[in-house]
Parts: sequence; C-alpha cells; structure tokens
Amino acid sequence: MQNKTVISDIEREFIDLYKENRSMFEAKASAPVNMVRKSGIRDFEKLGIPTPLQPLFRNGYRKYLEPRKVEFDLASVFQCDIPTLDAHLVLLVNGFFDKKNGNSLKELPSGIIIGSLASASHKFPGLFEKHYGKYASHKDGLVALNSAFAQDGIFLYVPEGSVYKKPIQIVNLVMAKEDIMVQHRNLIIVEKNAEAGVIICDHAMTPNKFLTNSVTEIYTAENASFDYVKVQNEHNNAVQFSHIFVNQEANSSMTSNIMTLHGGVVRNNVNVLLNGEGAENNSYGLYLVDREQHVDNYTYIDHAKPNCFSNQLYKGVLDDSATGAFNGRILVRKDSQKTHAYQANNNILLTDDAKIYTKPQLEIYADDVKCSHGATVGQLDEEALFYMRARGIPEKEARLIMMFAFAHEVIGNVKVEALLKRIDELVEKRLKGELSPCDNCAMKCY
Amino acid sequence: MKSMLSIKDLRASIEDKEILKGITLEVNEGEVHAIMGPNGSGKSTLASLVAGKELADVTGGSITYLGKNLFDLNPEERSKAGIFLGFQYPIEIPGVTMVNFLKAALNEHRKHKGLEPLSAKDFLKLLREKKDLVEIDSKLTNRSVNAGFSGGEKKKNEIFQMAMLEPKLAILDETDSGLDIDALKIVANGVNKLKRKDNATIVITHYQRLLDYIIPDYVHVLFDGRIVKSGGKELALELEKKGYEWIKNQVNGN
Ligand SMILES: Nc1ncnc2c1ncn2[C@@H]1O[C@H](COP(=O)(O)OP(=O)(O)OP(=O)(O)O)[C@@H](O)[C@H]1O
Ligand SMILES: [Mg+2]
Repeated sequence: MQNKTVISDIEREFIDLYKENRSMFEAKASAPVNMVRKSGIRDFEKLGIPTPLQPLFRNGYRKYLEPRKVEFDLASVFQCDIPTLDAHLVLLVNGFFDKKNGNSLKELPSGIIIGSLASASHKFPGLFEKHYGKYASHKDGLVALNSAFAQDGIFLYVPEGSVYKKPIQIVNLVMAKEDIMVQHRNLIIVEKNAEAGVIICDHAMTPNKFLTNSVTEIYTAENASFDYVKVQNEHNNAVQFSHIFVNQEANSSMTSNIMTLHGGVVRNNVNVLLNGEGAENNSYGLYLVDREQHVDNYTYIDHAKPNCFSNQLYKGVLDDSATGAFNGRILVRKDSQKTHAYQANNNILLTDDAKIYTKPQLEIYADDVKCSHGATVGQLDEEALFYMRARGIPEKEARLIMMFAFAHEVIGNVKVEALLKRIDELVEKRLKGELSPCDNCAMKCY
Repeated sequence: MKSMLSIKDLRASIEDKEILKGITLEVNEGEVHAIMGPNGSGKSTLASLVAGKELADVTGGSITYLGKNLFDLNPEERSKAGIFLGFQYPIEIPGVTMVNFLKAALNEHRKHKGLEPLSAKDFLKLLREKKDLVEIDSKLTNRSVNAGFSGGEKKKNEIFQMAMLEPKLAILDETDSGLDIDALKIVANGVNKLKRKDNATIVITHYQRLLDYIIPDYVHVLFDGRIVKSGGKELALELEKKGYEWIKNQVNGN
C-alpha cells in the first residue's frame, strides 16, 4: 500500500463530506457495517483516488446521501428488459433499494432472502459480522471510498441446499435531473450446496452525467454454485467503476459474464479468491466500444488452494477512437498444486485510432500447474470476408456476421436461455449501430 | 452459342511482378473447360480475378461475363450474377455455422432475384437435398464454416455450396486434390448433376483422372502466365504422358 502525502481537492471533498455525515451514517447502519466504514475512510485517506482517475471525479457531482423520490413507472421498467425472461426483479434507484416493489426484505421460495442491504444489516448481524467487508480489500482507494460511504444496495442470501433456478434480476437505475454520484454496495451469500443466479442491468435513465462506484461481495460456500451476469448499457456521460470480490470455498463454482454494450468510461474489477480445493471459476467479458468510450477490465484470480480451476475469456470490439484495457492477473500460490488457470483476451480493432492495452500477469509459485494465457489484437480476417462475399454476402453484412461470431463466443456462456437470446439480439443491434443506450428501456431518455 | 465468359489479353501483376501475361479465353454456355499447368503458373490468380479478389493488379485486358464488364461488379455482385469459385484453399470461419452462412448467402441470392427469403422449413429441406447430392456428413452443416474440416471435407463442402447456390459459371480450383477416389467420384458426380445447357464449368486440375469423370470440351495449358496450348480432352492425356517438360520445350521452341 502506497501512502499519499498530498490530499487533492477532490479527496478532501470526500473526507469532509464523510465527517459531516458520519453520525448520520453510523446511526442508520449496523455495527459490522460501521466497523468497515471506519477502516474505509482511514484507508481512503491513505490511498486516495488513483491520479489518472481524478479528472473523472471533477465534475461537481451531487452525492445523494438518502433516497430521493423519483417518479417512474414501474411497469415500464419491468418491460424494459427481457420480455420472455421469468425473473424476480429488484430495483436500486440511485443506489438505494426501491421499496415500491414490496418490502425492503423479501423471502422467496426455498428460503432465499433478497432486499435492501441496509435493512439486512440490522436484521442479520451475524451474517454481516461474518461476511461484510471480509472480501472487498481496500487495496484500491475507490473500494475504500465505497466502504466509507456505503449505505444501501442489494443483499442476497441463499440458504444451505436451496436451489433457485429463476434468475434474480437487479436493475440499477440512475435517474436525476442533475449530475450525481452513486455508491452502492451489494452482499451476496450462497451457502453450502445452494444454487442461484443474478442478472444485473445498469440503466442511466436521464441524460445527465453520472458516476457510479459500486462494490459487490460474493461468497460461495462449499459446493455452492452461483451465476453472475451483468449488462452495462449506459450512455456516453456515464462513468462506472464496478468492483466485484468473490470468495469461493471448496468445490464451489461461479461464473461471471460482464457485457459492456455502452458506457462513457467503464472499469470492471473482478477479484476472485479460490479459497477451497476443487473450486471452479469462469469469468467472461465482452466489450463493444466506440466513439470516445473507454472500457477497462481488470481481473485478479488468486489460486490460494490446490486443485482449483479458473478460466477467463475477455473479448472486445473497438471502433472509432475508443480505447480499452485488459489487465489479467493470475496468482498461483506455492502450495496450490494441480492448479488449472487459463486466460484469453482477444480484440478486434476496427480503425487505426482504436486502441487496446492488454497485459497478462501470471505469478506462479507452484510447480505442478497447467496455466496458459494469450492475447490477440487484430482486424477482421480479410480472407474470410472475401470468402463470404464470394458467396454473395455483402461486405457490410459479412463484417457483421464475423463480429457477431466473435462476440458470441462470450455470450454463448450465458446459461439462462431467454437472457442469452436477448443479449444476442442486443449485441447484434449494437453492432449494427441500431442500439441506443436506452433502446432496451421502454422509457426513452432523450 | 452464347458467350458466357470472355477474357481478352488479361494482364495482372502482384507486387510489380507480372503473373498473368496476356490471357485470352472464351467460354460459352454449356461448355466444360479444363485448365492445367504447373505450380505457380497463375491458375488460381486467374480464377480469383474472375471471382473479384483484389489480390493482383490488373494492368491490361478485359473480362466480360454475360456481356457485362466484370470489373464493374464487386465479389458479392459477381456471386449473385451466377459466378461461383470453388476455392483451392477453403477458408475457415470460426463461430459462423455452415447453416447461418448458407442461409445468409442463399437469401442474398434470392433477394437479387426478387424472391422472398426461404422459410426455415424449406431451407432445411433444400439443405438436406443438396447434402445428399454431395454425400456430405450431416453434422458438418452444424459446425463452423470449414473449421476443423478435413482436407477432403473442405473440398466436398465447396461442391455442396455450389449445389446450394446453383451458379451459371463454376470455377473449381483444384477441387479434386486431396480427395480419395470415392470422394472424387462424388464430387464429379455432383458437378455433372448440376450441369445444364445454360451453365458452364471451368475445372482447374493437375490430374487427368478427374477428367475421366468430368469430361471437358476443351483443355488449356497455362504456363508462366500464358495459355500456351489448347485442345480437346486428349490434350490432358498427352500432358499426363509427356509432362510439362514437353510444353516447356514447345514454348521455348525446342
Ligand atoms: N499473395 C501473393 N503475394 C505474392 N505472390 C503471389 C501471391 N499469390 C500468388 N503469388 C504468386 O503468383 C504466382 C501464381 O500463383 P497461383 O497461385 O496463381 O499459381 P497456381 O497456378 O494456382 O499454382 P498451384 O498449381 O500451385 O496452385 C506464383 O508465383 C505465386 O507465388
Ligand atoms: Mg492454384
């Protein structure tokens, strides 16, 4: 951890805001949350905001420290996504759990609890004691910042042996008539032999500038299985930092699938700790970027125990003067024999101005392991394009078919059939340039 | 007899090296032409120029197809106008299934003819019909285009695509090489079944044996960028017997 010597104005603003509201935060939250909060502000003061990211914060964002009343038609949000998808829907509005849809905590069949993080922290202090803040390490100042300001978000608890096939859809709405910053915090606990999945959709509902800094902690106990799909479809004025911390116990399996269709600046941080033998992690990402957009995917897979499996596949298509980065770190600790760790990052650059920075980082301290990594950056295969054209397929269509095939290698890993089809559709539209960031909302933003 | 393809004094270079040095070739409807010639003589370059590949720079001459200047059409337009190139080295397209690829191609051809896209049912029916014709493994159509196909399967797949698209002018660039004897018969049989009075075929081959099954009306020998000899099907037999040395000596005037 590198300590800061100078605190910038932006950082000072957060620290002051924290001080002003500290007693309010603490009064509303439970003890385990406040414990993490304390270390959050302490670590933030030390770490600050990474210098290159500071300009992104310099926009005079309003920080909503309590839920605001916003008017929207819930029915249209329901329709907004996947008409054929049978999912249980929960809403976050500007980072706060939205109660319109019922209680702040709800019990689903087979004992699953879903609802507001704030409410859950009071109701289940034991669970929070055990899990909250235990996986999201403050190695990054933005995570510490989130810990300091955390008030609400989604809480999901899947009890032992409970299998819930219906996906839980979490819609993050950001909507305000001013530029705002949102920091929500999610905690997901999947107990032994349990199985569940979430779909997270991010929507910016108004054309204002937004900055989201979210942290999600996911714990999968022995033999548990969890599926995480995130569809990012925000407009060019949206900045999003999304940090996911996964802790997997023995023989658990987890799949994450992050699809970035739109967004001004997006950074996805996926941190996985394989903390028990036989754990399996699959992490997929797709980013379709154009204009001036920028998308980063940072992954860190920690093989802390022997006999675990991890596989990463991140693919991107970059157009115009878009830029992106993939930074994939794999750590295989000394005693983690029989590790299998794979990583691939493939990119297509459609213009000379588009850029991708790809960097694998393998640190392997065990000797009996199978690891591989590979990164490619290229254009569409001209020979294949000609082959298709020679069969009568117009060039534009041929390009589209190839880009779609490229993207589908990632999308194909989505397990929920209806969602897979929907994402296929969205991506196809996106590649054709027909998808506006809010095309999949019934509510039109512009 | 109606002219299908008329190539006149065609010259083309790749990176300033002249590859085709004045090719003249007339192909009429209903004819089968065979082009033979040593490696590197320019056969594939000629074929790819007809299909519209921008590999070689045309420095002179013309190609007329059914009365149209072929250089005015891009590859997809040429395909829809009825030109089919069976590739010497078919391209693998990972992630694009044969079914989707063929559906896209076929529907483009239909659109060009003012026809509606085929229904899923009719498409599958046609697919099955043509698969039987070339005796291609049923599973291949569910796989990505040519990806992981064996050499022979790739060649059969070219004929299968040809059967699907029913071209007017088919140019088969060494579709016979790499085929076992049974596959060779199947391919030849496929070509023969698709033969009509108003279409034409150009087969590029190294082996006389193919011409036992696909009987050519004319055989041309392409040598160092020029057609140096043309004749009937007996020319292929003569070539097989005497080898290209014989041609070389004739060209050099020995
Ligand atoms: N992309 C290229 N770049 C440079 N030279 C090329 C290229 N493609 C073809 N050539 C050259 O053009 C000449 C003709 O090649 P072409 O492939 O047309 O021969 P061919 O008659 O089809 O030979 P084969 O019987 O081996 O298939 C060769 O000398 C070849 O090296
Ligand atoms: Mg050749």
